[in-house]
Amino acid sequence: MAASIALSGVSIDFPLYHGNARSLKKRLVASVSGRMGADAKHRVVVKAVRDVSFSLASGDRLGLVGRNGAGKTTLLRALAGIYEPVAGSLRVVGSINALLDPNLGMNLDLTGRENIILRGQYNRLDRAAIRRLADDVAAFAELDDFLDLPVRVYSSGMLVRLGFGLATAIKPQVLLMDEWLLAGDSNFLDKARARLEDLVRGAEILVLSSHLPEVVRDWCTRVIWLDQGRVRADGPADAVLAEYLRAD
Amino acid sequence: MTKAHVTDDGVQLVLAFNADQSHASRRRLAVADVVEAASLWRLCWTLAWLDIRLRYRGSMLGPLWLTLSTGLMVAAMGAIYSSILHIPARDYVPYLALSLVLWNFLSVLVTDSCHCYTLAEGMIRTVRMPYSLYAARIVLRNVFVLAHNIVVVIAVDLVLWRWPGPVAVLALPAIVLWLADALAVAILLGALCARFRDIPPIATSVLQMAFMVSAVIFRPELLGEQQWLLAFNPFFTVLDVLRAPLMGEVPRWDSYVSAVCFSAVLCLAAWTLFVRARGRIAFWV
Repeated sequence: MAASIALSGVSIDFPLYHGNARSLKKRLVASVSGRMGADAKHRVVVKAVRDVSFSLASGDRLGLVGRNGAGKTTLLRALAGIYEPVAGSLRVVGSINALLDPNLGMNLDLTGRENIILRGQYNRLDRAAIRRLADDVAAFAELDDFLDLPVRVYSSGMLVRLGFGLATAIKPQVLLMDEWLLAGDSNFLDKARARLEDLVRGAEILVLSSHLPEVVRDWCTRVIWLDQGRVRADGPADAVLAEYLRAD
Repeated sequence: MTKAHVTDDGVQLVLAFNADQSHASRRRLAVADVVEAASLWRLCWTLAWLDIRLRYRGSMLGPLWLTLSTGLMVAAMGAIYSSILHIPARDYVPYLALSLVLWNFLSVLVTDSCHCYTLAEGMIRTVRMPYSLYAARIVLRNVFVLAHNIVVVIAVDLVLWRWPGPVAVLALPAIVLWLADALAVAILLGALCARFRDIPPIATSVLQMAFMVSAVIFRPELLGEQQWLLAFNPFFTVLDVLRAPLMGEVPRWDSYVSAVCFSAVLCLAAWTLFVRARGRIAFWV
């Protein structure tokens, strides 16, 4: 089955509870006193993504650009199935690998190997495949004996290499990537680049979020410019990036 | 939410979501969540086991600390309370050991459940996992702890050479009931506590009170005329249907009725909440 992504009219609201309507006491008080009841119903929400529609087919390389807080990461999380939209519909066909932050939900108290095992089991790999995964990642990350020590004692370089190695070891059909993957010291980047290119080439669909235009120009053929959660422009990479840079 | 199509090169997934908020579609997503969690049971097992390993990493005895501290607790309380309650230690200590071990499971399960989703925040935000898997992890982790503690009960029975006998078979349906209730508690409290942050302290104080009144350290017969009250205490009746067979007694009939009714209400509430709140948990944590 070929990978595909289809979004239509997707909106995502972030409720803000922060010690406000969140406590049970406030809720109870609110339901008793009429005035605050009205208050509680008007929940404060951040409209992180508003009415976004697009569709991608196998071979598409989409870049998401926009300022901090434009909704890029939220949209990626929705594509990964983490945030469910409050409106619209979303359909992603194909195996997904979402590289959203360097730690990838790693538990810092567990050893490198244990984190790799968890990742492997999450991807439903069998025992032999998990062993291969561990070897592959350990070789790339140059962990040697550190593989069986808690991740907490790793140097920051090791941690980045482990995260990167693990993230790029499982080859998906749909690759969702936040820009952290492309940041790192230059020495590491040379080595990482080959691995990353391999991963990206292997994926049928790439969605990359970044606010660095150069990165997007290198990797993507189509660009969507998000502004305050809305699609401000959508088209070929060069055209949209030029427009984006002019406005910035 | 996802349908797995197994192909030659592994598992292919379809992630389909439609924000029509109808009950039927929410229920479908909740069922899919549970089915997916069941297919990831190996991951759940590892997560639960690593939770325990992590807690005792670097300690010499490891998880055997659990066994040791429970043993000490039983010995100390057994010595004191058998004389307070005027019951021969030979009769009281096995009862106390079993009660404490089971109660420990119950109370730690409740406190853990409160943090079922809030402590997994990092994971929830970075990888999509079925939410019922987090709940199953909590239950499984506590079953592992129970397996360590039950050693104390067996040791006491061994030393005093008293065994429950064939009535113990009645414990099997009770264990099923306990597991169902445990999952329901983890889902219910996990979701509620993610949304309302002041429930954990409430749960803690309810547990403390329940420990005192639920005939954990004393035998229900000591209540005399007031025994009928116990049937209205779900903590007691749920405890009784498992504890009595393991003590070689047939549970009271009113315990059965009450425990089953309470469990039905609990599971129904948990499922209803799960269907409603599942999609929102990522925003709450």
